[in-house]
Amino acid sequence: MISLVINGKRHMVDVSPDTPLLWVIRDHIGLTGTKFGCGMAQCGACTVLINGKAERSCQTPVRDAQGKKITTIEGVSETHPVKKAWISEEVPQCGYCQSGQIMQTVALLKSNPRPTEGDIDELMSGCICRCGTYQRIRRAIRTAAGVAAKGGKK
Amino acid sequence: MSRIINISRRDLLKTGAVLGGGLILGFSLPVPKSALAGPGKAKSFAPNAFIRIGDDDIVTIIVNKSEMGQGVYTSLPMLIAEELECDWTKIRVESAPVAPEYNHTEWGPVQGTGGSSSIRSTWNQFRKAGAAARLMLIEAAADSWKVDEGSCRADKGYVIHDRSGKRLSFGALAEKASILDPPKEVVLKKPADFKIIGKATKRLDTPEKVSGRAVFGIDAKVKGMLTAVVARPPVFGGKVKTFDPEKTRKIAGVKEVVQVPSGIAVVATGFWPALNGREALEVEWEEGENAGLSTERLRSRYANLSMTPGVVAKKEGDASGAIAKSVRQISAEYEVPYLAHATMEPLNCLVDLREDRCEIWTGTQFQTIDRNAAAAAAGLKQEQVKIHTTLLGGGFGRRANPRSDFVVEAVHVAKAVKQPVKVVWTREDDIRGGYYRPMWYDRISAGLDSHGMPVAWQHTIVGQSIIKGTIFEKGFIKNGVDGTSVEGASNMPYDVPNISVDLHSPDIGVPVLWWRSVGHSHTAFVVESFIDELAHAAAKDPYEFRMSLLHKHPRHKAVLELAAQKAGWGSPLPNGHGRGIAVHESFGSFVAQVAEVSVSNKGEVRVHKVVCVIDCGRTVNPDTVYAQMESGVVFGLSAALFGAITFKDGRVLQSNFHDYPMVRMKQMPKVEVYIIPSEETPQGVGEPGVPPIAPAVCNAIFAVTGKRIRSLPVGVGGLQA
Repeated sequence: MISLVINGKRHMVDVSPDTPLLWVIRDHIGLTGTKFGCGMAQCGACTVLINGKAERSCQTPVRDAQGKKITTIEGVSETHPVKKAWISEEVPQCGYCQSGQIMQTVALLKSNPRPTEGDIDELMSGCICRCGTYQRIRRAIRTAAGVAAKGGKK
Repeated sequence: MSRIINISRRDLLKTGAVLGGGLILGFSLPVPKSALAGPGKAKSFAPNAFIRIGDDDIVTIIVNKSEMGQGVYTSLPMLIAEELECDWTKIRVESAPVAPEYNHTEWGPVQGTGGSSSIRSTWNQFRKAGAAARLMLIEAAADSWKVDEGSCRADKGYVIHDRSGKRLSFGALAEKASILDPPKEVVLKKPADFKIIGKATKRLDTPEKVSGRAVFGIDAKVKGMLTAVVARPPVFGGKVKTFDPEKTRKIAGVKEVVQVPSGIAVVATGFWPALNGREALEVEWEEGENAGLSTERLRSRYANLSMTPGVVAKKEGDASGAIAKSVRQISAEYEVPYLAHATMEPLNCLVDLREDRCEIWTGTQFQTIDRNAAAAAAGLKQEQVKIHTTLLGGGFGRRANPRSDFVVEAVHVAKAVKQPVKVVWTREDDIRGGYYRPMWYDRISAGLDSHGMPVAWQHTIVGQSIIKGTIFEKGFIKNGVDGTSVEGASNMPYDVPNISVDLHSPDIGVPVLWWRSVGHSHTAFVVESFIDELAHAAAKDPYEFRMSLLHKHPRHKAVLELAAQKAGWGSPLPNGHGRGIAVHESFGSFVAQVAEVSVSNKGEVRVHKVVCVIDCGRTVNPDTVYAQMESGVVFGLSAALFGAITFKDGRVLQSNFHDYPMVRMKQMPKVEVYIIPSEETPQGVGEPGVPPIAPAVCNAIFAVTGKRIRSLPVGVGGLQA
């Protein structure tokens, strides 16, 4: 049995310790907000926070997450500035990658509350959005960071 | 002018009379808390197949188009709300079940989403549905108050009698309205009176998608469900020769290893054991006739074909004669590769198959076709199969497969294991799974007169038909020409007196399919690059050259003109930067784009800015139009810069995002979108943003480097060579 603390709640799961955290979260805990996109840490759809740091859960064996604080998209408050900014900037299209984008942004702003454009490029480039919502993600990050979005038409 | 439109029985079926009540109420997403699921079912007023109003004032709109990011779960309710005069905050959305009432209004007897047609094809249908419901609510109120219907009006979810100050909510009127007959005719609003259509409206599905609660196909679950991954042949058309399931069966969590027509399914308690089981599986494949397939060989076969005349798609005047007699001849060959759709959500399908019924949860664009194919595979009647359309984590055409590959396969797996099962594709399965945008090879020539103006244009296209062998043959293939192979080429807009476009459609063993913007994804690149070549050959400005050849196409000219103006066409740029322009009509809309590009000393291409102008007729939700243009630019840019599926020894060489890359945040250009105000009928927005970006970028690369890109993708640092 492996003991996990996800969104503040303890879970005991009976899985092989090399099972990726992603599939434990989705198939065993039943939290499906965290998405499967590539299975090789190429797309960022499975991003969760482990002790506050953004990690690709598809490449994290569940044994490495034991005893650590795991946060998924469901564990981020609906009034969190990042979620609020995602709504106010109307970011999602299909929406599939957005859990990962949001989790990556939560981690980004925690460690770097006033990211530069270069910081955003660097830290968000691990998360693919096939619908191409990057421009709005950028705006939402600025909004969440309290930096007034610069002009320019939508 | 208000219009009186007769409402046909087909448009306005009384649920009780025709649909049998239960059908409309039959579906909610498997997550009960979902705001997209359906409250308001008690004592509800369901005047037609698209609207249900509960006594709790909740207005549920049943949307028969699949939500794959393009915003139909908002824009289609806007059409109804405009006429219904309901309270927008009380609207909930449900996906439609499979039923004739939900068939596409332009496609014949099938329900589906594609061809950028959702708004266009529901524009009258949904507004009429809303208007009819409003009239019935007013009738119910007027009857209660014993006043004339004409003295009542509806506003924000209430029917109001101004003279007496009386008002009743839609919910309060629902029961009474539900026994009324629908009106025989309705008068639709004048556009000048629109309160919702044309106003930027927040998407209804945003909160769910931000919270993580949104349910995609891959998230669907039913009790007792197993998960399967399928080992498919490494070569298209291959078959299982022998397999040994022994090692697989030993893996904890693996329940069954079963052969299905498409390969060997490993069925387990979850995705991870299923995947491990597949890795342990020993399969020997009969590779079949495509074992020798290679991109190199295909390319030379296509190049040879392009030198022979194909089936005529368009012929005006005498192109070859006029080219021979012209002052200057220019010719070029263009080529583009196979492309995978690579939706962010890998393909998946959940099937619960019982003796006498089958329920399917999946993100599909083709409900009726999938339902019928599933019934055939399950050995059931069509009406015994129910499809629950979940949200789609991207579609781009991949989830609109006339062969229903991912649905039929899942039915076969469920049939073999006799338990509900969800088949999940890995990213590798998805990239290597076929149904690609075809590879194309184009040979194109033109003749210029002494003023540098084109007098003849000859274009030969080589590539597979995506339609051949499907149920769409009759509609799409005319006189041996698959219209989707030549769209954008046979109707290219430039004023050239002699024109010939012909087509070769070789049979190749690679499954092909529509890919966002279909034929236009390739023809726009060729036509808009070659017209640029002609402009440069004639020593004319590419923008002015285009404008001078578009006398018969004012909407092309208008988008070009605004794009050039907004991009500051002709104004100075930093060293190493250049601009390229392109215009293309697709799905009824007109889009011009100007790309600003730089090329480094190392040959690295960077797209800094794209100005995009669209004329899509009347706009329903402008914010969606902006979003879809941004999206189309990025989608087309990924393909132009990086996208290629290639073959060697019958095998696809790409497998995941490391070798089939996408534009990422650091490559994202600034995209500026402008919408041309229009009162024309609304047209497509999901796809038309894609076609112009590849030629705009490549024309900009030429402006910077003098190097003409005639083969995509451009590649990373590909200009060094």
